[in-house]
Amino acid sequence: MCVVVASAAAVLLYVLQADPDRDLDFAVPRTLLVLAVLFLICDSTPTALTSRQSAWSPSSSATLAAVVLLGPGGAALVGASSLFSLRRGGLRERVFNGAMYTVSAFAAGAAYVALGGRVGIPNPGWFPGDILPFAVAAAVHVAVNHGLLWGMLLLLPPARVNAQRGRLDLHLPLLLASDLGYATLGLLIAALWYLVGPFAAVLVLIPLFVARWAMGQFAAQQAAYAATMAALCQAVETKDFYTRGHSERVSRGATMLAREIAMGAERVEAIGFAGMLHDVGKLGVPTKVLQKTGPLTEEELAAIQLHPMRGLEIVRQIGFLNEALDGIMHHHERMDGKGYPMGLAGDEIPEFARVIAVADAFDSMTSTRSYRGARSVGEAVAELRKCAGRQFDPVLVDAFITALQRDGWRPSKTADVPPGFRAQIAAQDHDDPTAPLRVVESY
Amino acid sequence: MTAQRHLARQSAWQSMDSGQLLLVSAAGVLLVAAVAQTAAAGLVQPRTALAFGALIALGELLRLSLPGDREAAPIGSAGALGYALLLHVGQHPAHQPALQVVAVTAVGMIVGALPHLAAGRPAGMAGMASRLLALALVAVAFRPIAGLAILDRQVWLRLAVMLVLIAAGWFAECVIRALIRADALRARFGVSLGDELQIQVPLGAAVGASAMLIALAAEAMGLVALALFIAPLLVTQTAFRRYAGIRSTYLQTVRALARVTEVGGYVEDGHSYRVSRLAVAVGRELGMSEPDLLQLEYAALMHDIGQLSLADPIPGGATVLASPEDQQRIAGLGASVIKQAGVLDSVAEIVRCQSLPWRGGQVVPPIGSRIIRAANAFDDLVGGSADRDRSTAALERLRLDTAAQYDPGVVEALSKVAGRLYVGSGRVPG
Repeated sequence: MCVVVASAAAVLLYVLQADPDRDLDFAVPRTLLVLAVLFLICDSTPTALTSRQSAWSPSSSATLAAVVLLGPGGAALVGASSLFSLRRGGLRERVFNGAMYTVSAFAAGAAYVALGGRVGIPNPGWFPGDILPFAVAAAVHVAVNHGLLWGMLLLLPPARVNAQRGRLDLHLPLLLASDLGYATLGLLIAALWYLVGPFAAVLVLIPLFVARWAMGQFAAQQAAYAATMAALCQAVETKDFYTRGHSERVSRGATMLAREIAMGAERVEAIGFAGMLHDVGKLGVPTKVLQKTGPLTEEELAAIQLHPMRGLEIVRQIGFLNEALDGIMHHHERMDGKGYPMGLAGDEIPEFARVIAVADAFDSMTSTRSYRGARSVGEAVAELRKCAGRQFDPVLVDAFITALQRDGWRPSKTADVPPGFRAQIAAQDHDDPTAPLRVVESY
Repeated sequence: MTAQRHLARQSAWQSMDSGQLLLVSAAGVLLVAAVAQTAAAGLVQPRTALAFGALIALGELLRLSLPGDREAAPIGSAGALGYALLLHVGQHPAHQPALQVVAVTAVGMIVGALPHLAAGRPAGMAGMASRLLALALVAVAFRPIAGLAILDRQVWLRLAVMLVLIAAGWFAECVIRALIRADALRARFGVSLGDELQIQVPLGAAVGASAMLIALAAEAMGLVALALFIAPLLVTQTAFRRYAGIRSTYLQTVRALARVTEVGGYVEDGHSYRVSRLAVAVGRELGMSEPDLLQLEYAALMHDIGQLSLADPIPGGATVLASPEDQQRIAGLGASVIKQAGVLDSVAEIVRCQSLPWRGGQVVPPIGSRIIRAANAFDDLVGGSADRDRSTAALERLRLDTAAQYDPGVVEALSKVAGRLYVGSGRVPG
């Protein structure tokens, strides 16, 4: 970071030193001021691209406009104004951002001038000749900007990096595309300057703010979606007090494991939902079967073993959960082929299903059940290792254990059943690998 | 394969109702007149026409859907409006006549729509027609005065005129769409217009600003501006696509998850969906606005969630036959589940009050609850069958109870709706 700040300081010194050599024209300070203000407005109202925190601002429009209107020096000054940005952030962040923008603006300006771009208020005769230098300048700006940011991330401790990288990965093409889009707007602002002056910036901002609004709506809907899904899945669990929260924990465990094996961000999201929905079909199992303490008859066992398929009927109607469907249908298969409903073995079992199986069993063991207390994480891990190869995928078990050791696990709160509570309590848990369902011996 | 597609295309024609057919024919007449006139008089400034035509075609190709089964082509609309409001291209004045603008737009839209047709997607002719008509309005108003010298000198006057015309065109398009929608969905026009205006403001603002920018930028930079300008509008478009996408996924998911009660055997198969369809139709009949209808739809889909906490299903799932205390308890449990989502509080309230009587209780339940109560009772009695006698008998029973339990206005609206949905015999679709 010091390197970046130092180079930014160097740039600024150079600019301020070079200023007296250039003959200042009345318009320049005013243009500089307007663009700096525009930059601040853009920077203070970032466009949220994901429902989480990563946000990217359209401030590169102002910077690239400054490249054309004011040249490299002016652009650097505009970039430096991000020190005064209204965005929340500590001093370190401010200084880093300010330096980053200054350096990338200066680099873009330098590239522009180097390729023959003209500086000042453009008139129509300049185009299309100026397009190429401008495009290169825009690309340089985006490259330097992102490069510095990623370089910074590489230097951070790994745990924070994973989280940040996860967020950025999800939308990297979108980020780059939108950044380039904002950069072309800079050219537009500059080009319209002779027609309508600073008003060009106002006109240009409208579609951007509309896009920001739409993304805000999108983010809100995404959050609502996750919350609704969670609420409805919890509703399904009201039948059994002890399994409350099971879906949410399996979802969490599956997501943790999926990130550990470096699944793509969209698949991680899908597996989160798959984990949440995997036991939805259990609702179809009659309560008296769940409450039975003795061995089950063949029919009762079949009723339990059918639950993945019943769950499928529901989930099938949700469009984007295609791979998750397989995960839910096969989450009770075993590696040795003795699982249900289809008896798939080894690699035949879809990846989603193998992930969910591990998370499912783990949560079942570390939660309180009516027939035993919760096991500790260590005991559950030992059991997973014992069954790896036969029931679970050994690679996934190892990955899960690694993830657990790094991030820890919040087990379910072991609470007693409140007095007067009328929910039914299941007597056996089909997810528990240590207590397999007992079936009446048939003669 | 081709026979199937042929059939699909045929039924697309047949599924268009009278309002849409009228609209499409009007647009068709306009198109023919414009193309004929342009062909006769020759194309003015063909390079410009071609560039804008290509932009419009691209916009049509990249069309997106908005929440509520609407369709839009922002890039195409911005391009067409820009062409209509164009004064100069670089140094040269642009003097294309209004009908040429209409012709180029129409041809561009058709060219852009062809790949959609080829892929088997719906042609979206009603949407294209309404866009064309609104554009024609703007073109016919502006092109005759485009040559005025005063517009050249006074930039602000030109901006003001552009703004006024864009706003007028936007409003006209909203009116046309509202008319079509009110006709198709049997909603009231006033409510439809209000809904349409509200939904179209953000995208309309983006398209309007972009159109002005295109017109100005072509003057400042020449035709190259068209190519440059696509990127930011694409960002706007992408944002809207994602928004509409997740809205529809959300509804899809709620519909799917509401069926847990069916899987568990608590209600009859298809009950949630049928009640939601009835409730929304009744709400529309009673003039509810679109955001309220969406809340109603969610509430109707999830109204039986409370039953999940019962030990075993009520036989046949007919809550209308359970005792009032039980009904209230189930409704309350359902509401608390929905409240946990944090964002569906009004939906939870509707679900909570669904078993309250219309008159005689302590409070009057909200309109959504009254509608769901009636629709739920109706479906419990009629189920999936479409037998007219059965539905008439059920309505009679609801009317007889009207004094205390069901809102008579709601019951009347329900009878109108049921008469439309349950025609002929056989199972109700869906």
